[in-house]
Amino acid sequence: MIELRDIHKSFGALHVIRGVSATVEKGEIVCILGPSGSGKSTILRCINGLESYDSGAITVEGAKVDRNSRSIVDIRARVSMVFQRFNLFPNRTALENVVEGPIFVKKENRTTALERGRDLMARVGLAGKEDNYPGQLSGGQQQRVAIARALAMQPRAILFDEPTSALDPELVGEVLTVMKSLAEDGMTMIIVTHEVAFAREVADRALFIDQGVIVEEGPAASMLSHPRHARTQDFLRRVTHPL
Amino acid sequence: MQQFLSDAVEFLPILMQGVKLTVIITLGSLVLSTILGLFWALMRVSGIWVLDRSTRLLINFIRGVPIIVQLFYIYFVMPDFGVTLTALQAAIIGLGIAYSAYQAENFRAGIEAIDHGQIEAAQSIGMGWFLVMRRVILPQAFRIVLPPYGNVMIMMLKDSSQASTITVAELALQGKLIAASTFKNTSVFTMVALMYLCMCLPLMYLVGQLEKHSATQRR
Repeated sequence: MIELRDIHKSFGALHVIRGVSATVEKGEIVCILGPSGSGKSTILRCINGLESYDSGAITVEGAKVDRNSRSIVDIRARVSMVFQRFNLFPNRTALENVVEGPIFVKKENRTTALERGRDLMARVGLAGKEDNYPGQLSGGQQQRVAIARALAMQPRAILFDEPTSALDPELVGEVLTVMKSLAEDGMTMIIVTHEVAFAREVADRALFIDQGVIVEEGPAASMLSHPRHARTQDFLRRVTHPL
Repeated sequence: MQQFLSDAVEFLPILMQGVKLTVIITLGSLVLSTILGLFWALMRVSGIWVLDRSTRLLINFIRGVPIIVQLFYIYFVMPDFGVTLTALQAAIIGLGIAYSAYQAENFRAGIEAIDHGQIEAAQSIGMGWFLVMRRVILPQAFRIVLPPYGNVMIMMLKDSSQASTITVAELALQGKLIAASTFKNTSVFTMVALMYLCMCLPLMYLVGQLEKHSATQRR
């Protein structure tokens, strides 16, 4: 469903992605792990055209991702994104955030959009918080609204860019729980994360990226329990046992 | 004091005619400068090199020429090119264009103050450039821009007196005319000053309220 073929990308002299190829099937959950600066977020951002890539090709359901083409708007509506820092619209209520896309991008009927928006708020466990502004919600609640906002577009896939990295530790669980329930419903998800335990349990496949290349990939459960490559082993040791 | 009050009663009706023109010029050029300024600002942030550069050039040109010279140009020079305007029209257009440059930079600052994550979030739900502007950036930039916008309103009210240089009998010119014919400089110009102040005070109050409002909105 999502295909990356030999992607290269440089920021000036810095060659951040050096030939990444990967395929994500429909309904698959792929976790991308790697040290900071390894290019994992950049890869994710290339998939919905928030970032351009220099060479190679990315396709979403056969459509080529080109951030300078009109078609990118359509691709973004099909591949939602959840950001590390939530990026909710601060001047709109939680429910307004959720229905913004359906009403103004997909031109859905206002009443049905609001109704579905309320359902989605309930689905992420925030029934009753519809009229709160983002500033009145905790980080975990804001991120769950952001997930509801992504779901409201009825996307074919959702990209998660370190969705729990900006959260207080005690709020991580509530966000991961929602993500896990999406996984159980068969949503296609690509998740950049440092939550190894979550990846091991929920993901079908894991990619370990370092210095812009895929160092190791495989079924998440076995790869994250018994990594073969030395760099993967070293990284996982440091993430799971910081001391 | 007695003298001043009786002069005030006598001159007030004539000065009020000036006030009327002052208000018309201010409102007219405020609307024009806001529309033009927003247009320039959107060109500046369009991300299209040619639009950005040419607009920047234009803004610097407008800012670099004194308002009074711009007014002279529109009122006295344009007729040579077949464009004849009344003094009032020329004043509104001249001040509107002159102030559009400041409005544009003000609006641009507001737009660029919005966190880039907001734009990415909007794009990630499939919004194109115009929708991102209309639904996400401008509503948030609006709050940032309001207090300086209020200041521009006050400056425009006072700068409307420059229209007197192209024969618009607004408040300042009415005052000058009365003073010249009655020699009651003190009474007349004191009145003129007080009348400008009276018009500014509500605007100043408004600016204060807006600043308070935008401060409470910030989180």
